[in-house]
Amino acid sequence: MAFEEIKAGLAKYTADVEAKLVKNPERANLVPNRLYTPIDLGENFDYMTKLGFPGEYPYTRGVQPTMYRGRFWTMRMYAGFSTAEESNKRYRYLLANGGSGLSCAFDLPTQIGYDSTDPMAEGEVGKVGVAIDSLADMEILFDQISLDKVSTSMTINAPASVLLAMYIAVAEKQGVSADKLRGTIQNDILKEYAARGTYIFPPKPSMRLITNIFEYCSKNVPLWNTISISGYHIREAGSTASQEIAFTIADGIAYVEAAIKAGLDVDAFAGRLSFFWNAHNNVLEEVAKFRASRRVWSKVMKERFGAKKAKSMMLRVHTQTAGSMLTAQQPNNNIVRVALQTAAAVMGGTQSLHTNSKDEALALPTTESVTIALRTQQIVAYESGLADTVDPLGGSYYVEALTDKIEKEAWEYIEKIDEIGGAPEAIAKGYIQKEIQDSAYKWQMEIEKGDRIIVGVNKFTQEEEPPKNLLRVDGSVGKLQAEKIAALKARRDNAAVEAALKALEAGCADESVNLMPLILDAVRAYATEGEICGVMRKVFGEYQPHTTL
Amino acid sequence: MANIKVLVAKPGLDGHDRGAKVVARALRDAGFEVIYTGIRLTPEQIAEAALQDDVQVVALSLLSGAHNTLFPKVVELLKEKGLNDVLVIGGGVIPDADIPGLKAAGIAEVFTPGTPTSKIVECINANVK
Repeated sequence: MAFEEIKAGLAKYTADVEAKLVKNPERANLVPNRLYTPIDLGENFDYMTKLGFPGEYPYTRGVQPTMYRGRFWTMRMYAGFSTAEESNKRYRYLLANGGSGLSCAFDLPTQIGYDSTDPMAEGEVGKVGVAIDSLADMEILFDQISLDKVSTSMTINAPASVLLAMYIAVAEKQGVSADKLRGTIQNDILKEYAARGTYIFPPKPSMRLITNIFEYCSKNVPLWNTISISGYHIREAGSTASQEIAFTIADGIAYVEAAIKAGLDVDAFAGRLSFFWNAHNNVLEEVAKFRASRRVWSKVMKERFGAKKAKSMMLRVHTQTAGSMLTAQQPNNNIVRVALQTAAAVMGGTQSLHTNSKDEALALPTTESVTIALRTQQIVAYESGLADTVDPLGGSYYVEALTDKIEKEAWEYIEKIDEIGGAPEAIAKGYIQKEIQDSAYKWQMEIEKGDRIIVGVNKFTQEEEPPKNLLRVDGSVGKLQAEKIAALKARRDNAAVEAALKALEAGCADESVNLMPLILDAVRAYATEGEICGVMRKVFGEYQPHTTL
Repeated sequence: MANIKVLVAKPGLDGHDRGAKVVARALRDAGFEVIYTGIRLTPEQIAEAALQDDVQVVALSLLSGAHNTLFPKVVELLKEKGLNDVLVIGGGVIPDADIPGLKAAGIAEVFTPGTPTSKIVECINANVK
């Protein structure tokens, strides 16, 4: 009965408003509905099926029963540049200032399995992250940081096995056993092919390395998140919110299928799968995206893969604010953008968060700007009230309608990708890349036509002085790393290195072998990352990308 | 007059190609003939592609901070191949302080974040005869 009344009321309201639109026109390019009401949820809105309770299936309202009323999200600032010595200083600064977890940024040669001395590394050493060539660098990176006390996330994909092995080896030297280690490796190769670009090997051996890690960690490093299935970079490459979660969950499905095919029990590894979302500018759309993604993943795990454990069905997520939304113009405005994005991630129920710094459209952030970014999280946590109740926007007609819409669009994409033959096939055909590119181009054209306003870029612009005090990475890092590698090769037991690399090569050629123990042996012998990846390159070959426009 | 031919290229190890692809498409929509190399090319591969495809413009995109090393290297290699008239432009996350050095090294124009693609079109039209 009440529903009919609302319908009648809405019809009257709409007629009244529309009669006056000529005199009081609305802005262009708005969301479809002027006003959201219970009608948008439908007369038979089923609270228990759609939302349920926090910590319970389908986890729409969050993965933990009390969310931030117990403890806040992990404030995990992504950092790393120059040498291990420099980055170690930044890590200890962040931990001393209330950062609650580490997040390592590696330079591109490290991410692509080249030593700093490789000709391919020219100009790139220490630029976008820290240069790590061997266990010796890793020991310096975590100097005076107890690995049983801190959780560490590493943005490393194609050579994730090597960097994880280095982390385990550093822990061994600190007297910390692997079963105490907490952290995450990104280890998500599919989105590297589709959107981020730090691939090395072709899909088949890459998927083998990933399932080798799942298996090894389930037995030896049980608290480790073995993958961070990432939508962040898909969104940065230009996708929409729905595409971000759809393509990422499609990648997730491919990893679960590969692991099951390799003989693993779904509940033995699925609880260690984690996700990585972008916190973009449209606050309410982002909140809805987080909620929708949890609902979709829990259904995938329960219905498609027959997972039994609750943990296997939970989409636990790390979030980073959108780097692509930072502007080089009037960079102080970025502080405000990041604050809004932080609010979205928190209302969306993230488990950990990195906030970008105001100067990152120009360079790597300075200590001062990183501090503001960290303080932004602390202000949202302690002062805003957003963290005081669970899923504070649950029940908002608009947010529930948006959550349903994003979920529906995500399922449509997942079905389409299933029809193509799964995410690896959709990437091989360039389908996912094309969808992302089309969205990116549309976004840029909207800005250029003035249909989309970016403050300081295409409206409210002003002349400004070039910014001062940008962080510059010393050009001598490459030379420093080269000296370190030369010294390492002179002092290590080169026969042991050679034997370990030989064993690894044999293991690579035999698909039934789990490569993790062999990589760990090579790392312990101080083989360089380039040597280890070189052996794998030799056996596995290299990925040939699909380039479309 | 034949279409102006542009090679959009990403030197180095940086995989961020959203900008390169958007620029490539915008240039194509503006009537240029555009070849996009894909990511992770060496300066040598880019210069060779410019020679093979007989382009008038090489547009470089880099967000990793390696521009001071890699952009001038591309110019140098183009010259070695006798491609003295090719217009080389660049874009990406490039601090203002680096721009004079890049220009001195032969990069005709440097476009930083927030630049409308129409500015790049204008630059090419103004500089390629």
